[in-house]
Amino acid sequence: MAQPMGFFTDTTVCIGCKACEVACKEWNQLPAAGGGITALSGDSYDNTRRLDGLHWRHVRFVEQFAPDRVDGRWLLMSDVCKHCVNAGCLEVCPTGAIIRTEFDTVVIQSDTCNGCRDCIAACPFGVIGINPVSNTAQKCTLCYDRLQNGLEPACSKACPTDSINFGPVADLKTLAAKRVGTLHERGEKRAYLYGADDKMLGGLNAFFLLVDRPEVYGLPPDPKMPSRNLVRGGIWTTLGAVVVGLLGLFSFRERGSG
Amino acid sequence: MPPSSTFFTASPHWNWLIICYFFVGGLAGGCYFLAVLIDFFGRASDRPLARLGYYVAFPAVVLSGLLLTVDLYRPERFWHMLIQSHTFRPMLKLYSPMSLGSWALLAFGGFAMLSFLASLAEEGRLRQPWLVRFRPPGLLGGLLAVMGGVFALFVAAYTGVLLAVTNRPIWSDTPLLGLNFVLSAASTSAALLILLASRQYRTPGLAVLERFDRLVLILEPIALIALIVSLGSVARVWLSVWGVALLIGVVVVGILMPLALLWRATDPTMPSTATAALLVLIGGFVFRAVIVLSSSTIRAI
Repeated sequence: MAQPMGFFTDTTVCIGCKACEVACKEWNQLPAAGGGITALSGDSYDNTRRLDGLHWRHVRFVEQFAPDRVDGRWLLMSDVCKHCVNAGCLEVCPTGAIIRTEFDTVVIQSDTCNGCRDCIAACPFGVIGINPVSNTAQKCTLCYDRLQNGLEPACSKACPTDSINFGPVADLKTLAAKRVGTLHERGEKRAYLYGADDKMLGGLNAFFLLVDRPEVYGLPPDPKMPSRNLVRGGIWTTLGAVVVGLLGLFSFRERGSG
Repeated sequence: MPPSSTFFTASPHWNWLIICYFFVGGLAGGCYFLAVLIDFFGRASDRPLARLGYYVAFPAVVLSGLLLTVDLYRPERFWHMLIQSHTFRPMLKLYSPMSLGSWALLAFGGFAMLSFLASLAEEGRLRQPWLVRFRPPGLLGGLLAVMGGVFALFVAAYTGVLLAVTNRPIWSDTPLLGLNFVLSAASTSAALLILLASRQYRTPGLAVLERFDRLVLILEPIALIALIVSLGSVARVWLSVWGVALLIGVVVVGILMPLALLWRATDPTMPSTATAALLVLIGGFVFRAVIVLSSSTIRAI
């Protein structure tokens, strides 16, 4: 197996140009939503709105301004599938369409997916959506086809500020830790890494440098695996089934002997 | 600040087809299970009532499969749930409720079909008398009924676990959905059999079914309260039209009114018993609709 590959997204240098979104759409031949008719969201400069089957990169615009607009800041983040080491989507997929590749990335095989949408409900980050062209669940593949040919993913290749860094995850973690140290030295004490350690779903192969709480960027503060409910849900359900069974036995047995 | 990390997830848009599946699947499993109980512990005069359970279960499980298939965005690939499309080997993930449920539905469909055919043969509608062996009291019929009964309960209940094994608000914020689903499947199935039997099969077992339904209806509000408590602050989602639907559609119409009617009914063939049964069915459907839609309509932050 090749070494795990991923993204380190440094949100402090993102300028919101959306080159990553465009490059992703072009390379992966993802059509425009709504037949190409622009519908303004009214939410800052963000008309992409969210990650889904047609948008595998999404630049989030967060405006943090005082009511009088005298002071404030922009937070910009290019969001993407996190390619979790413990991936909820992969765990629940009933068709085997979702696989882990030799690069430790998570890919949905469009020719196998039947559009049941269990993965959409299971993803803790809301990354996956149905692509209306293929009618299958789709998301970022970390440009699996490009990786297989020794190329860098389209989004990071297009990023003009190196906000999106691509490479072996181990190298990216070193780079990210250094960058956090630099920011702290320069006085930006709020900088921290989201998903870089293995505490979050075993580690995110696409992790982020943030300067505010995760939820400000639309990221869950405490993402979990869907299987956390499997055993305890199963136990309570079995208990319910046993109660129903006993009630039935009690009702009909008495009748039978009566 | 959202009450749970589950509010950052995307909706799978499981809507009316899935709600209907949860309801019909619950009826299929519940009716089969009750039919097995009647077959084992009822009197000979109750056999038509058990037949009725099998007559409901098989078409209902077929309808369940159809609903699930139609809900897929690629229905022609429904078989990918069971067979790996690349290798043609069986596709089974024991830790994926949807995968396990697909196999359980298939297996239950097989048992339900055998019991359905046996019932037809017993009534003389099929001219293959050997088919009767697929129902108790014989050894083969007994074995099939026990195994079918286990799968029936599984099909009636696993959907609650399926919802819990996601990351969606409400569904994955409690482990008690399956418990509530299995109770609801039991009460709605007993209600459906009472409703159908009160017109065609006036057997003594009807009174037993009615008592069983009453007992389950008493447990349902307890399980529902436990569900709401287990949700914690997430339950605030139901301070909305969904809460009203839950209170009026499920608690009042689906539980309290039928209980009051059943309590006052002295004869299971009375019209009020049939009315109670109809209300239980409405309540069971509204319960599933509230559970599915109150989460499915929440958009990611």
